[in-house]
Amino acid sequence: MSVLVYTESENGTFKKIAHEAVSYAKGIADMMGTTVTAVAINGGDSSELGTYGASKVLEVNNDALATFNANAYADVVAEAAKTENASVVVLTSSADSKFMAPLVAVNLEAGYVPNATALPASSAPFTVKHSVYTNKAFSMTEINTGVKVIGLAKNAYGVKENETAVSAEGFAPTVNTGGVEVVSVDKATDKVTIADAEVVVSGGRGLKGPENWHLIEDLATTLGAATACSKPVSDMGWRPHSEHVGQTGKPVASTLYIAIGISGAIQHLAGINSSKVKVVINNDPEAPFFKAADYGIVGDAFEVVPQLTEKLKAFKAQNA
Amino acid sequence: MKILVCISHVPDTTSKINFTEGDTKFDTNGVQFVINPNDEFGLTRAMWFKEKQGATVHVVNVGGAETEPTLRKALAIGADEAIRVNTPATDGFSVAKQLANVAKEGAYDIVIAGRESIDYNGGMVGGMVAKLTGANFVNTCISLEVEGTNAMAVREIDGGKETLKTSLPLVIGGQKGLVEESDLRIPNMRGIMQARSKPLHIKEPVDAAAETQTVQFEKPAPKGAVKLVDNVDDLVNLLHNEAKVI
Repeated sequence: MSVLVYTESENGTFKKIAHEAVSYAKGIADMMGTTVTAVAINGGDSSELGTYGASKVLEVNNDALATFNANAYADVVAEAAKTENASVVVLTSSADSKFMAPLVAVNLEAGYVPNATALPASSAPFTVKHSVYTNKAFSMTEINTGVKVIGLAKNAYGVKENETAVSAEGFAPTVNTGGVEVVSVDKATDKVTIADAEVVVSGGRGLKGPENWHLIEDLATTLGAATACSKPVSDMGWRPHSEHVGQTGKPVASTLYIAIGISGAIQHLAGINSSKVKVVINNDPEAPFFKAADYGIVGDAFEVVPQLTEKLKAFKAQNA
Repeated sequence: MKILVCISHVPDTTSKINFTEGDTKFDTNGVQFVINPNDEFGLTRAMWFKEKQGATVHVVNVGGAETEPTLRKALAIGADEAIRVNTPATDGFSVAKQLANVAKEGAYDIVIAGRESIDYNGGMVGGMVAKLTGANFVNTCISLEVEGTNAMAVREIDGGKETLKTSLPLVIGGQKGLVEESDLRIPNMRGIMQARSKPLHIKEPVDAAAETQTVQFEKPAPKGAVKLVDNVDDLVNLLHNEAKVI
């Protein structure tokens, strides 16, 4: 019995969500009186995972797994779970994790709960709280199977240090990358993604046109933030729909979410509900977004946003 | 080419979410049900395959009789036949097992599911159907082209997209991008009339035990009132000293 966690990496460095996933796995392991084993595919420095509570790291180094392949990655995780006799498998809410999780679950005949927002409320019965109805509610869900697969929601548990003696060993599972082959990847490497961002700056119809997006981009650059947009903006083609945030777009679970010129339709609010602090800038004091926000400025985005960008630049310079 | 589109019957995106029976059941009172938006993008793409490549399109739902209007709507949009597996949709796995059975029996080349349903947000049914039937699987699919038994798909990844080459049989988890919002079809009168006479098969379920079950729903804690400020100095000050996020 142990808790297995898949630790996602990029270019040989573990992502923040990997640290978060290990922290969460450690929380579950402590509840169950067991230890955490991480499985890393072409991963980063394994010793780093001990900081968050991993006791053992299974290192898979295989060039055939250089690009993500859901079937092959799922097989690796499932084989690691079987080798380790894991009773719980922790994944995250990244695009790759969500792609492979159902494959892992079927392979292990395990019940799967995605978007978990807290440690299990109890381990027998095994009950996990997770978000449903696009963050408009939570479900306490019992998993009835022997092995459980949990997908941890982003930014829900946090990174918790828990210094643990960690050992690494090579792991060479069967790898079959047939079926689906990556032809090309089109990814801006110089931009923060909505999935990884701590801060997201989002624009709506109030910006009047794509030519005004420098306001959003300047503010985002100042904050090291990702840029996003509302549904009408993506529908009108002002911005790519990979930036569309909301019920049918991307969910945002950032630490800070700044909405500019977005009125706050219920579908948009659902998508950003799990962000921690929400700021709204809108010239309409009746905009529904003000009811969902923590801080707000009623004002013209074309005046307020440049002022805010300047102020933040000065603030960053002072606090650098 | 035979396509099966999985249709989830979900509350409209503007629905207020409430629960009854001690917070154990979704309150359907006053709620309008629709085709799950992610499934509707997939259905509309399937219509394209029907019109341009002569595909046959069937739609399927796992649920009680109350989901039939949603299936009729899919028929009105243009699907050829509908199947309802007559059992409540309990959890993602049991639904996937029913769908996998339908997919196998009908020997479909492509099964189109949504990336996730907007009610449970499970995001697991497509992948599980693929694994249970041994088909290839592409999730968060935003483009799909088919030639013979080969398929080219584009998948949305964190921060970009990825082009994938695969082959049939194939399951996709579809979403906006497969078609655009403006491509979605509102059924016209002729479609609605035709839908009435199209076959809607009721199929009895296979054995499929649920692996998970909701014991209780909770609503998020009510939020405090917004703090309005009238200048950016105060805003930056609050974000730094009170919210501690910058």
